[in-house]
Amino acid sequence: MPEAMGFFTDTTICIGCKACEVACKNWNQLPAENGGVKQLSGDSYDNTVRLSGVNWRHVKFIEQFEGPYNGRWLMMSDVCKHCVQAGCLEVCPTGAIIRTEFDTVVIQSDVCNGCRACIAACPFGVIDMNPAAGTAQKCTLCYDRMQVGLEPACAKACPTDSIQFGPITELRTRAQKRVDQLKAQGEKRARLYGDDPNGPLGGLNSFYLLVDEPEVYGLPKDPKLPSRNLQRSGTLAAASGAVLGLLALVGLRKRRMDEIGAGGEGSQN
Amino acid sequence: MSDTFFTASPHWTWFIIPYFFVGGIAGGAYFIAALLQWFGRPVDRPVIRTGYSIAFWGAIISGALLTFDLGRPLRFWHMLFQSENFPSLMFKSWSPISFGAWAILLFAACAGLSMIGAWSEEGRIRAPGAKFLQSGTVLAKLIAALGGLFGFFVAGYTGVLLSVTNRPIWADSPWLGALFLASGASTGAAALMLFGRRRGASESSIRWLASFDAQALIVELVILIAFIASLWPIRQVWISFWGFLLLVGVVAAGILWPLRLHFKPAVGGEFRSHAGIVLLGGFLLRVVVLLASNSIAVHHVASGGG
Repeated sequence: MPEAMGFFTDTTICIGCKACEVACKNWNQLPAENGGVKQLSGDSYDNTVRLSGVNWRHVKFIEQFEGPYNGRWLMMSDVCKHCVQAGCLEVCPTGAIIRTEFDTVVIQSDVCNGCRACIAACPFGVIDMNPAAGTAQKCTLCYDRMQVGLEPACAKACPTDSIQFGPITELRTRAQKRVDQLKAQGEKRARLYGDDPNGPLGGLNSFYLLVDEPEVYGLPKDPKLPSRNLQRSGTLAAASGAVLGLLALVGLRKRRMDEIGAGGEGSQN
Repeated sequence: MSDTFFTASPHWTWFIIPYFFVGGIAGGAYFIAALLQWFGRPVDRPVIRTGYSIAFWGAIISGALLTFDLGRPLRFWHMLFQSENFPSLMFKSWSPISFGAWAILLFAACAGLSMIGAWSEEGRIRAPGAKFLQSGTVLAKLIAALGGLFGFFVAGYTGVLLSVTNRPIWADSPWLGALFLASGASTGAAALMLFGRRRGASESSIRWLASFDAQALIVELVILIAFIASLWPIRQVWISFWGFLLLVGVVAAGILWPLRLHFKPAVGGEFRSHAGIVLLGGFLLRVVVLLASNSIAVHHVASGGG
Protein backbone atom coordinates (compact mmCIF):
# COMPACT_ATOMS: atom_id res chain seq x y z
CA MET A 1 0.00 0.00 0.00
CA PRO A 2 1.53 3.34 -1.03
CA GLU A 3 1.88 5.96 1.70
CA ALA A 4 -0.34 9.04 1.96
CA MET A 5 0.72 11.68 -0.54
CA GLY A 6 -0.17 15.33 -0.78
CA PHE A 7 0.78 18.96 -1.19
CA PHE A 8 2.53 21.39 1.11
CA THR A 9 2.00 24.92 -0.19
CA ASP A 10 4.36 27.55 1.18
CA THR A 11 2.48 30.76 0.45
CA THR A 12 5.46 32.95 1.39
CA ILE A 13 7.32 32.04 -1.80
CA CYS A 14 4.39 32.08 -4.20
CA ILE A 15 4.97 34.80 -6.81
CA GLY A 16 1.50 34.64 -8.36
CA CYS A 17 2.75 33.53 -11.79
CA LYS A 18 -0.21 31.14 -12.18
CA ALA A 19 1.96 28.54 -13.90
CA CYS A 20 0.21 25.95 -11.68
CA GLU A 21 -3.22 27.03 -12.96
CA VAL A 22 -2.06 26.74 -16.56
CA ALA A 23 -0.34 23.37 -16.03
CA CYS A 24 -3.46 22.01 -14.31
CA LYS A 25 -5.81 23.13 -17.06
CA ASN A 26 -3.44 21.83 -19.69
CA TRP A 27 -2.82 18.37 -18.20
CA ASN A 28 -6.45 17.79 -17.22
CA GLN A 29 -7.77 19.22 -20.51
CA LEU A 30 -10.15 21.56 -18.70
CA PRO A 31 -12.29 23.67 -21.02
CA ALA A 32 -12.10 27.44 -21.37
CA GLU A 33 -14.94 29.60 -20.10
CA ASN A 34 -16.93 32.22 -21.99
CA GLY A 35 -15.70 30.93 -25.35
CA GLY A 36 -12.10 31.60 -24.36
CA VAL A 37 -12.70 35.34 -23.95
CA LYS A 38 -11.32 36.26 -20.55
CA GLN A 39 -13.59 38.27 -18.31
CA LEU A 40 -11.86 40.63 -15.91
CA SER A 41 -12.73 40.49 -12.22
CA GLY A 42 -12.64 44.28 -12.06
CA ASP A 43 -11.39 44.49 -8.48
CA SER A 44 -8.13 42.56 -8.56
CA TYR A 45 -5.19 41.55 -10.73
CA ASP A 46 -6.55 38.03 -10.24
CA ASN A 47 -9.07 37.20 -12.93
CA THR A 48 -9.63 33.50 -12.18
CA VAL A 49 -11.48 34.68 -9.04
CA ARG A 50 -12.26 31.25 -7.56
CA LEU A 51 -11.89 27.51 -7.86
CA SER A 52 -14.49 25.95 -10.14
CA GLY A 53 -15.31 22.90 -12.20
CA VAL A 54 -12.97 24.16 -14.92
CA ASN A 55 -10.31 25.74 -12.66
CA TRP A 56 -9.00 23.12 -10.26
CA ARG A 57 -6.10 25.38 -9.22
CA HIS A 58 -6.52 29.03 -8.34
CA VAL A 59 -3.82 31.43 -7.23
CA LYS A 60 -5.49 33.81 -4.81
CA PHE A 61 -4.21 37.38 -4.72
CA ILE A 62 -4.89 38.89 -1.32
CA GLU A 63 -4.25 42.58 -1.68
CA GLN A 64 -3.85 44.17 1.76
CA PHE A 65 -3.40 47.85 1.04
CA GLU A 66 -4.18 51.05 2.91
CA GLY A 67 -3.42 53.63 0.24
CA PRO A 68 -1.37 53.11 -2.92
CA TYR A 69 2.02 52.35 -1.34
CA ASN A 70 1.28 51.01 2.14
CA GLY A 71 0.52 47.32 2.07
CA ARG A 72 1.46 43.86 0.96
CA TRP A 73 0.42 41.08 -1.37
CA LEU A 74 -0.33 37.62 -0.09
CA MET A 75 -0.48 34.90 -2.71
CA MET A 76 -1.74 31.43 -2.25
CA SER A 77 -2.20 28.66 -4.79
CA ASP A 78 -5.48 27.12 -3.65
CA VAL A 79 -6.67 23.62 -4.46
CA CYS A 80 -8.75 20.74 -3.08
CA LYS A 81 -7.53 19.94 0.44
CA HIS A 82 -7.94 16.15 0.06
CA CYS A 83 -9.29 16.05 3.63
CA VAL A 84 -8.57 12.92 5.66
CA GLN A 85 -12.24 13.09 6.73
CA ALA A 86 -13.85 14.45 3.57
CA GLY A 87 -17.32 16.01 3.71
CA CYS A 88 -17.85 15.52 -0.04
CA LEU A 89 -17.11 11.81 0.18
CA GLU A 90 -19.37 11.51 3.20
CA VAL A 91 -22.51 12.87 1.50
CA CYS A 92 -22.01 11.65 -2.11
CA PRO A 93 -25.12 9.52 -2.80
CA THR A 94 -23.75 7.72 -5.87
CA GLY A 95 -20.38 6.53 -4.57
CA ALA A 96 -18.70 8.64 -7.25
CA ILE A 97 -16.29 10.15 -4.72
CA ILE A 98 -13.63 7.71 -3.59
CA ARG A 99 -10.48 7.67 -1.48
CA THR A 100 -7.51 6.41 -3.47
CA GLU A 101 -4.57 4.27 -2.40
CA PHE A 102 -2.61 7.55 -1.98
CA ASP A 103 -5.18 8.80 0.62
CA THR A 104 -6.39 11.43 -1.85
CA VAL A 105 -10.03 12.14 -2.74
CA VAL A 106 -11.16 11.72 -6.35
CA ILE A 107 -14.52 12.23 -8.11
CA GLN A 108 -15.20 9.55 -10.73
CA SER A 109 -16.81 11.54 -13.51
CA ASP A 110 -18.42 8.48 -15.09
CA VAL A 111 -20.30 7.69 -11.85
CA CYS A 112 -21.25 11.23 -10.72
CA ASN A 113 -24.79 12.26 -11.72
CA GLY A 114 -24.42 15.95 -10.92
CA CYS A 115 -26.64 16.12 -7.81
CA ARG A 116 -24.31 18.76 -6.34
CA ALA A 117 -24.56 17.51 -2.73
CA CYS A 118 -20.74 17.53 -2.55
CA ILE A 119 -20.61 21.21 -3.50
CA ALA A 120 -22.72 22.18 -0.50
CA ALA A 121 -20.85 19.76 1.76
CA CYS A 122 -17.30 20.95 1.04
CA PRO A 123 -16.20 23.27 3.90
CA PHE A 124 -13.76 25.06 1.57
CA GLY A 125 -15.95 25.81 -1.46
CA VAL A 126 -13.65 23.77 -3.68
CA ILE A 127 -16.02 21.66 -5.79
CA ASP A 128 -18.12 22.98 -8.65
CA MET A 129 -19.92 21.72 -11.71
CA ASN A 130 -18.06 21.32 -14.97
CA PRO A 131 -20.69 22.54 -17.46
CA ALA A 132 -19.15 20.53 -20.30
CA ALA A 133 -19.35 17.25 -18.38
CA GLY A 134 -22.52 17.91 -16.36
CA THR A 135 -20.75 16.47 -13.31
CA ALA A 136 -19.07 17.87 -10.21
CA GLN A 137 -15.30 18.15 -10.59
CA LYS A 138 -12.21 19.18 -8.67
CA CYS A 139 -8.49 18.46 -8.35
CA THR A 140 -7.63 14.75 -8.48
CA LEU A 141 -4.09 15.43 -7.27
CA CYS A 142 -3.25 14.16 -10.77
CA TYR A 143 -4.24 10.61 -9.88
CA ASP A 144 -3.33 9.46 -13.39
CA ARG A 145 0.19 10.89 -13.07
CA MET A 146 0.67 9.52 -9.55
CA GLN A 147 -0.23 6.01 -10.71
CA VAL A 148 2.81 6.05 -13.01
CA GLY A 149 5.14 7.70 -10.51
CA LEU A 150 4.92 11.28 -11.77
CA GLU A 151 4.32 14.31 -9.58
CA PRO A 152 1.16 16.40 -10.17
CA ALA A 153 1.36 18.90 -13.03
CA CYS A 154 1.00 21.98 -10.80
CA ALA A 155 3.88 20.99 -8.49
CA LYS A 156 6.02 20.14 -11.52
CA ALA A 157 5.35 23.55 -13.07
CA CYS A 158 5.78 25.68 -9.92
CA PRO A 159 8.98 27.72 -10.51
CA THR A 160 9.58 28.59 -6.82
CA ASP A 161 8.62 25.27 -5.21
CA SER A 162 5.80 27.01 -3.40
CA ILE A 163 3.82 23.85 -4.20
CA GLN A 164 5.69 20.81 -2.90
CA PHE A 165 4.49 17.28 -3.48
CA GLY A 166 5.46 14.16 -1.56
CA PRO A 167 4.64 11.80 1.31
CA ILE A 168 2.60 13.71 3.90
CA THR A 169 4.82 12.76 6.85
CA GLU A 170 7.90 14.13 5.04
CA LEU A 171 6.06 17.27 4.00
CA ARG A 172 4.98 17.94 7.60
CA THR A 173 8.57 17.77 8.84
CA ARG A 174 9.73 20.04 6.02
CA ALA A 175 6.90 22.50 6.67
CA GLN A 176 7.66 22.75 10.40
CA LYS A 177 11.32 23.50 9.64
CA ARG A 178 10.22 26.29 7.29
CA VAL A 179 7.95 27.79 9.97
CA ASP A 180 10.84 27.74 12.45
CA GLN A 181 13.09 29.39 9.86
CA LEU A 182 10.57 32.16 9.17
CA LYS A 183 10.01 32.80 12.87
CA ALA A 184 13.77 33.04 13.38
CA GLN A 185 13.84 35.64 10.59
CA GLY A 186 11.19 37.70 12.41
CA GLU A 187 7.98 36.58 10.68
CA LYS A 188 6.17 35.75 13.91
CA ARG A 189 2.81 35.19 12.19
CA ALA A 190 4.04 32.14 10.29
CA ARG A 191 1.85 29.11 10.96
CA LEU A 192 0.72 25.88 9.35
CA TYR A 193 -2.90 25.29 8.35
CA GLY A 194 -4.26 21.75 8.09
CA ASP A 195 -1.09 19.88 9.04
CA ASP A 196 -2.37 18.44 12.32
CA PRO A 197 -3.69 14.86 11.98
CA ASN A 198 -5.54 15.42 15.27
CA GLY A 199 -6.99 18.73 14.08
CA PRO A 200 -10.12 19.55 12.07
CA LEU A 201 -11.13 16.88 9.52
CA GLY A 202 -8.27 14.64 10.65
CA GLY A 203 -5.81 16.91 8.86
CA LEU A 204 -5.60 18.00 5.25
CA ASN A 205 -3.50 16.17 2.68
CA SER A 206 -3.03 19.54 1.03
CA PHE A 207 -1.88 21.89 3.79
CA TYR A 208 -0.51 25.42 3.87
CA LEU A 209 2.02 27.73 5.44
CA LEU A 210 0.29 31.05 6.11
CA VAL A 211 1.47 34.38 7.52
CA ASP A 212 -1.93 35.69 8.63
CA GLU A 213 -5.24 34.40 9.96
CA PRO A 214 -6.83 31.64 7.81
CA GLU A 215 -9.87 33.83 7.11
CA VAL A 216 -7.63 36.37 5.36
CA TYR A 217 -6.83 33.66 2.81
CA GLY A 218 -10.49 32.69 2.49
CA LEU A 219 -10.06 29.57 4.62
CA PRO A 220 -12.44 28.61 7.45
CA LYS A 221 -10.85 28.65 10.91
CA ASP A 222 -12.49 25.41 12.01
CA PRO A 223 -13.75 23.40 8.99
CA LYS A 224 -16.29 20.73 9.92
CA LEU A 225 -17.98 17.66 8.49
CA PRO A 226 -21.58 18.18 7.31
CA SER A 227 -22.74 15.13 9.29
CA ARG A 228 -22.27 17.04 12.56
CA ASN A 229 -25.87 18.26 12.15
CA LEU A 230 -27.48 14.94 11.20
CA GLN A 231 -28.42 13.65 14.64
CA ARG A 232 -29.66 16.96 16.07
CA SER A 233 -31.61 17.93 12.97
CA GLY A 234 -33.09 14.45 12.58
CA THR A 235 -34.11 14.28 16.25
CA LEU A 236 -35.84 17.67 16.12
CA ALA A 237 -37.68 16.68 12.93
CA ALA A 238 -38.82 13.40 14.51
CA ALA A 239 -39.94 15.27 17.65
CA SER A 240 -41.99 17.75 15.62
CA GLY A 241 -43.54 14.83 13.71
CA ALA A 242 -44.50 13.20 17.02
CA VAL A 243 -46.07 16.44 18.29
CA LEU A 244 -48.08 16.88 15.08
CA GLY A 245 -49.21 13.25 15.12
CA LEU A 246 -50.33 13.62 18.72
CA LEU A 247 -52.22 16.83 17.94
CA ALA A 248 -53.99 15.10 15.06
CA LEU A 249 -55.01 12.16 17.26
CA VAL A 250 -56.27 14.43 20.04
CA GLY A 251 -58.24 16.39 17.43
CA LEU A 252 -59.80 13.20 16.05
CA ARG A 253 -60.77 12.06 19.53
CA LYS A 254 -62.30 15.44 20.32
CA ARG A 255 -64.32 15.31 17.11
CA ARG A 256 -65.57 11.85 17.98
CA MET A 257 -66.63 13.00 21.44
CA ASP A 258 -68.37 16.05 19.96
CA GLU A 259 -70.19 13.91 17.38
CA ILE A 260 -71.30 11.38 19.99
CA GLY A 261 -72.55 14.29 22.09
CA ALA A 262 -74.43 15.74 19.09
CA GLY A 263 -75.92 12.48 17.82
CA GLY A 264 -73.10 11.57 15.41
CA GLU A 265 -72.74 12.65 11.83
CA GLY A 266 -69.90 10.19 11.23
CA SER A 267 -71.86 7.13 12.34
CA GLN A 268 -74.35 7.64 9.51
CA ASN A 269 -71.85 6.79 6.75
CA MET B 1 -17.66 35.19 10.62
CA SER B 2 -19.27 31.75 10.47
CA ASP B 3 -17.13 29.08 8.81
CA THR B 4 -20.08 28.40 6.51
CA PHE B 5 -19.34 31.63 4.64
CA PHE B 6 -16.28 30.05 3.01
CA THR B 7 -18.29 27.53 1.01
CA ALA B 8 -19.76 27.47 -2.49
CA SER B 9 -23.44 27.38 -3.42
CA PRO B 10 -24.80 24.20 -5.03
CA HIS B 11 -27.32 26.37 -6.91
CA TRP B 12 -30.31 24.23 -6.05
CA THR B 13 -33.04 26.45 -7.46
CA TRP B 14 -36.10 26.10 -9.70
CA PHE B 15 -36.36 22.33 -9.77
CA ILE B 16 -35.45 21.82 -6.11
CA ILE B 17 -37.71 24.54 -4.66
CA PRO B 18 -40.88 23.04 -6.19
CA TYR B 19 -39.61 19.57 -5.29
CA PHE B 20 -39.29 20.52 -1.61
CA PHE B 21 -42.74 22.13 -1.77
CA VAL B 22 -44.54 19.30 -3.59
CA GLY B 23 -42.71 16.63 -1.57
CA GLY B 24 -43.84 18.35 1.63
CA ILE B 25 -47.49 18.47 0.50
CA ALA B 26 -47.40 14.85 -0.68
CA GLY B 27 -45.83 13.58 2.54
CA GLY B 28 -48.13 15.65 4.76
CA ALA B 29 -51.28 14.68 2.82
CA TYR B 30 -50.44 10.98 3.00
CA PHE B 31 -49.68 11.14 6.71
CA ILE B 32 -53.04 12.78 7.40
CA ALA B 33 -54.85 10.31 5.14
CA ALA B 34 -53.13 7.39 6.90
CA LEU B 35 -54.14 8.75 10.32
CA LEU B 36 -57.73 9.07 9.14
CA GLN B 37 -57.61 5.54 7.75
CA TRP B 38 -56.53 4.19 11.13
CA PHE B 39 -58.39 6.46 13.51
CA GLY B 40 -60.98 8.31 11.42
CA ARG B 41 -64.64 7.59 10.62
CA PRO B 42 -66.21 6.21 7.44
CA VAL B 43 -67.25 9.78 6.66
CA ASP B 44 -63.55 10.62 6.14
CA ARG B 45 -63.10 8.26 3.19
CA PRO B 46 -63.27 10.96 0.49
CA VAL B 47 -60.47 12.83 2.26
CA ILE B 48 -58.44 9.63 2.60
CA ARG B 49 -58.80 8.94 -1.12
CA THR B 50 -57.85 12.54 -1.93
CA GLY B 51 -54.78 12.24 0.29
CA TYR B 52 -53.58 9.13 -1.49
CA SER B 53 -54.04 10.77 -4.91
CA ILE B 54 -52.17 13.92 -3.87
CA ALA B 55 -49.41 11.77 -2.37
CA PHE B 56 -49.02 9.58 -5.44
CA TRP B 57 -48.94 12.38 -8.02
CA GLY B 58 -46.80 14.46 -5.64
CA ALA B 59 -44.28 11.63 -5.34
CA ILE B 60 -44.14 11.23 -9.12
CA ILE B 61 -43.67 14.98 -9.66
CA SER B 62 -41.05 15.07 -6.89
CA GLY B 63 -39.05 12.28 -8.47
CA ALA B 64 -39.25 13.95 -11.88
CA LEU B 65 -38.12 17.33 -10.51
CA LEU B 66 -35.25 15.72 -8.63
CA THR B 67 -34.16 13.89 -11.79
CA PHE B 68 -34.37 16.95 -14.06
CA ASP B 69 -32.22 18.90 -11.62
CA LEU B 70 -29.31 16.48 -12.01
CA GLY B 71 -26.40 17.46 -14.23
CA ARG B 72 -26.76 14.00 -15.82
CA PRO B 73 -30.46 13.07 -15.47
CA LEU B 74 -30.08 9.65 -17.13
CA ARG B 75 -27.82 8.64 -14.26
CA PHE B 76 -30.55 9.16 -11.62
CA TRP B 77 -30.42 5.42 -10.84
CA HIS B 78 -26.84 5.80 -9.58
CA MET B 79 -28.44 7.02 -6.33
CA LEU B 80 -30.18 3.67 -5.90
CA PHE B 81 -27.76 1.12 -7.35
CA GLN B 82 -23.98 0.96 -7.57
CA SER B 83 -23.37 1.83 -11.20
CA GLU B 84 -20.16 -0.19 -11.40
CA ASN B 85 -21.50 -3.11 -9.40
CA PHE B 86 -25.15 -3.41 -10.49
CA PRO B 87 -27.48 -4.62 -8.95
CA SER B 88 -25.80 -3.95 -5.58
CA LEU B 89 -27.70 -1.26 -3.74
CA MET B 90 -26.34 2.24 -3.17
CA PHE B 91 -27.34 3.35 0.30
CA LYS B 92 -25.66 5.58 2.89
CA SER B 93 -27.54 5.86 6.17
CA TRP B 94 -25.50 8.95 7.09
CA SER B 95 -26.24 10.86 3.86
CA PRO B 96 -29.75 12.42 3.71
CA ILE B 97 -29.64 12.71 -0.08
CA SER B 98 -28.91 8.97 -0.29
CA PHE B 99 -31.55 7.70 2.14
CA GLY B 100 -33.93 10.38 0.86
CA ALA B 101 -33.79 8.92 -2.65
CA TRP B 102 -34.82 5.55 -1.24
CA ALA B 103 -37.51 7.14 0.93
CA ILE B 104 -39.10 8.84 -2.10
CA LEU B 105 -39.10 5.57 -4.04
CA LEU B 106 -40.70 3.60 -1.20
CA PHE B 107 -43.12 6.42 -0.45
CA ALA B 108 -44.19 6.50 -4.11
CA ALA B 109 -44.73 2.72 -3.98
CA CYS B 110 -46.94 2.98 -0.87
CA ALA B 111 -48.84 5.95 -2.32
CA GLY B 112 -49.34 4.06 -5.59
CA LEU B 113 -50.80 1.00 -3.84
CA SER B 114 -53.01 3.18 -1.66
CA MET B 115 -54.24 5.05 -4.71
CA ILE B 116 -55.13 1.80 -6.47
CA GLY B 117 -57.23 0.97 -3.40
CA ALA B 118 -58.88 4.39 -3.56
CA TRP B 119 -59.67 3.98 -7.26
CA SER B 120 -61.07 0.53 -6.61
CA GLU B 121 -63.29 1.99 -3.89
CA GLU B 122 -64.55 4.61 -6.32
CA GLY B 123 -65.16 1.97 -9.01
CA ARG B 124 -62.58 3.47 -11.35
CA ILE B 125 -60.71 0.17 -11.64
CA ARG B 126 -62.18 -3.28 -11.38
CA ALA B 127 -59.09 -5.49 -11.12
CA PRO B 128 -59.92 -8.34 -8.72
CA GLY B 129 -56.81 -7.86 -6.56
CA ALA B 130 -57.45 -4.15 -6.06
CA LYS B 131 -60.28 -4.70 -3.58
CA PHE B 132 -57.72 -5.97 -1.05
CA LEU B 133 -56.26 -2.44 -1.08
CA GLN B 134 -59.56 -0.67 -0.30
CA SER B 135 -59.86 1.36 2.92
CA GLY B 136 -60.58 -0.80 5.90
CA THR B 137 -58.71 -3.91 4.77
CA VAL B 138 -55.77 -5.08 6.86
CA LEU B 139 -53.41 -4.76 3.90
CA ALA B 140 -54.51 -1.17 3.21
CA LYS B 141 -54.00 -0.26 6.86
CA LEU B 142 -50.51 -1.76 6.93
CA ILE B 143 -49.55 0.08 3.73
CA ALA B 144 -51.01 3.27 5.20
CA ALA B 145 -48.94 2.90 8.37
CA LEU B 146 -45.74 2.34 6.42
CA GLY B 147 -46.52 5.05 3.87
CA GLY B 148 -47.49 7.50 6.61
CA LEU B 149 -44.07 7.13 8.19
CA PHE B 150 -42.37 7.51 4.80
CA GLY B 151 -44.64 10.48 4.08
CA PHE B 152 -43.57 12.45 7.13
CA PHE B 153 -40.01 11.36 6.41
CA VAL B 154 -40.18 12.75 2.86
CA ALA B 155 -41.70 16.00 4.16
CA GLY B 156 -38.97 16.48 6.78
CA TYR B 157 -35.81 14.94 5.35
CA THR B 158 -35.41 17.78 2.84
CA GLY B 159 -34.75 20.16 5.71
CA VAL B 160 -32.35 17.68 7.33
CA LEU B 161 -30.61 17.39 3.94
CA LEU B 162 -30.01 21.15 3.93
CA SER B 163 -28.69 21.07 7.50
CA VAL B 164 -26.24 18.31 6.60
CA THR B 165 -24.16 20.62 4.40
CA ASN B 166 -21.69 23.38 5.17
CA ARG B 167 -23.74 26.23 3.68
CA PRO B 168 -24.75 29.45 5.48
CA ILE B 169 -28.23 29.39 7.09
CA TRP B 170 -28.77 25.68 6.31
CA ALA B 171 -25.87 24.30 8.33
CA ASP B 172 -26.08 27.07 10.93
CA SER B 173 -29.36 25.79 12.36
CA PRO B 174 -30.65 22.32 13.33
CA TRP B 175 -34.32 23.37 12.94
CA LEU B 176 -34.84 23.06 9.19
CA GLY B 177 -35.97 19.41 9.25
CA ALA B 178 -38.59 20.18 11.91
CA LEU B 179 -39.65 23.36 10.09
CA PHE B 180 -40.15 21.63 6.73
CA LEU B 181 -42.00 18.78 8.39
CA ALA B 182 -44.42 21.16 10.14
CA SER B 183 -44.85 23.04 6.87
CA GLY B 184 -45.50 19.72 5.11
CA ALA B 185 -48.28 19.00 7.64
CA SER B 186 -49.89 22.43 7.23
CA THR B 187 -49.65 22.49 3.42
CA GLY B 188 -50.76 18.85 3.22
CA ALA B 189 -53.88 19.65 5.26
CA ALA B 190 -54.48 22.74 3.13
CA ALA B 191 -54.23 20.72 -0.10
CA LEU B 192 -56.70 18.19 1.33
CA MET B 193 -59.14 20.99 2.15
CA LEU B 194 -58.73 22.43 -1.33
CA PHE B 195 -59.10 19.20 -3.32
CA GLY B 196 -61.14 17.12 -0.85
CA ARG B 197 -64.38 18.94 -1.54
CA ARG B 198 -64.28 17.91 -5.19
CA ARG B 199 -64.28 14.27 -4.07
CA GLY B 200 -67.18 14.77 -1.72
CA ALA B 201 -65.43 15.46 1.58
CA SER B 202 -67.90 15.95 4.42
CA GLU B 203 -68.25 19.11 6.53
CA SER B 204 -67.04 17.12 9.53
CA SER B 205 -63.82 16.11 7.74
CA ILE B 206 -63.16 19.62 6.44
CA ARG B 207 -63.71 21.13 9.89
CA TRP B 208 -61.24 18.68 11.40
CA LEU B 209 -58.72 19.40 8.64
CA ALA B 210 -59.05 23.15 9.23
CA SER B 211 -58.55 22.65 12.94
CA PHE B 212 -55.48 20.43 12.41
CA ASP B 213 -54.12 22.90 9.87
CA ALA B 214 -54.34 25.72 12.40
CA GLN B 215 -52.50 23.60 14.97
CA ALA B 216 -49.81 22.71 12.42
CA LEU B 217 -49.42 26.41 11.57
CA ILE B 218 -48.90 27.24 15.26
CA VAL B 219 -46.28 24.49 15.56
CA GLU B 220 -44.65 25.81 12.36
CA LEU B 221 -44.59 29.35 13.75
CA VAL B 222 -42.96 28.22 16.99
CA ILE B 223 -40.31 26.27 15.06
CA LEU B 224 -39.77 29.19 12.69
CA ILE B 225 -39.08 31.46 15.66
CA ALA B 226 -36.60 28.88 17.04
CA PHE B 227 -35.00 28.65 13.58
CA ILE B 228 -34.53 32.41 13.29
CA ALA B 229 -33.26 32.64 16.89
CA SER B 230 -30.70 29.91 16.19
CA LEU B 231 -29.33 32.05 13.35
CA TRP B 232 -28.65 35.02 15.64
CA PRO B 233 -24.83 34.83 15.12
CA ILE B 234 -25.33 35.38 11.36
CA ARG B 235 -28.38 37.65 11.64
CA GLN B 236 -27.00 39.96 8.94
CA VAL B 237 -28.18 37.44 6.30
CA TRP B 238 -31.76 38.61 6.91
CA ILE B 239 -30.96 42.22 6.06
CA SER B 240 -31.93 41.47 2.49
CA PHE B 241 -34.91 40.91 0.23
CA TRP B 242 -35.12 37.37 1.60
CA GLY B 243 -35.53 38.65 5.16
CA PHE B 244 -38.36 40.88 3.95
CA LEU B 245 -40.02 37.98 2.10
CA LEU B 246 -39.68 35.75 5.18
CA LEU B 247 -41.41 38.31 7.35
CA VAL B 248 -44.14 39.41 4.95
CA GLY B 249 -44.68 36.37 2.71
CA VAL B 250 -44.07 33.47 5.09
CA VAL B 251 -44.86 34.76 8.60
CA ALA B 252 -47.52 37.43 7.99
CA ALA B 253 -49.28 36.13 4.87
CA GLY B 254 -48.56 32.40 5.08
CA ILE B 255 -49.02 31.76 8.81
CA LEU B 256 -50.59 34.67 10.76
CA TRP B 257 -53.26 35.56 8.17
CA PRO B 258 -54.67 32.02 7.80
CA LEU B 259 -54.59 31.67 11.60
CA ARG B 260 -56.62 34.86 11.88
CA LEU B 261 -59.08 33.51 9.29
CA HIS B 262 -59.36 30.29 11.29
CA PHE B 263 -59.94 31.83 14.68
CA LYS B 264 -62.03 34.76 13.40
CA PRO B 265 -64.01 33.36 10.45
CA ALA B 266 -66.12 36.54 10.42
CA VAL B 267 -63.08 38.38 9.00
CA GLY B 268 -64.04 36.82 5.70
CA GLY B 269 -62.73 34.03 3.60
CA GLU B 270 -63.66 30.41 3.51
CA PHE B 271 -61.69 27.22 3.63
CA ARG B 272 -60.63 27.59 0.01
CA SER B 273 -58.92 30.97 0.41
CA HIS B 274 -57.50 29.84 3.77
CA ALA B 275 -55.95 26.79 2.10
CA GLY B 276 -54.63 28.80 -0.83
CA ILE B 277 -52.79 31.21 1.47
CA VAL B 278 -51.27 28.36 3.49
CA LEU B 279 -49.98 26.76 0.28
CA LEU B 280 -48.51 30.08 -0.88
CA GLY B 281 -46.79 30.52 2.49
CA GLY B 282 -45.35 26.99 2.30
CA PHE B 283 -43.95 27.67 -1.15
CA LEU B 284 -42.43 31.00 -0.11
CA LEU B 285 -40.82 29.31 2.90
CA ARG B 286 -38.85 27.04 0.55
CA VAL B 287 -38.03 29.97 -1.75
CA VAL B 288 -36.63 32.01 1.14
CA VAL B 289 -34.65 29.17 2.74
CA LEU B 290 -33.09 28.03 -0.54
CA LEU B 291 -32.40 31.35 -2.20
CA ALA B 292 -31.25 33.25 0.91
CA SER B 293 -28.39 30.77 1.26
CA ASN B 294 -27.73 30.52 -2.49
CA SER B 295 -27.34 34.29 -2.66
CA ILE B 296 -24.34 34.14 -0.30
CA ALA B 297 -21.40 33.64 -2.64
CA VAL B 298 -18.08 32.08 -1.74
CA HIS B 299 -16.01 34.47 0.40
CA HIS B 300 -14.02 36.65 -1.99
CA VAL B 301 -10.58 37.52 -0.64
CA ALA B 302 -9.32 39.97 -3.25
CA SER B 303 -9.28 43.75 -2.95
CA GLY B 304 -8.16 44.07 0.63
CA GLY B 305 -9.84 40.94 1.91
CA GLY B 306 -7.62 41.10 4.98
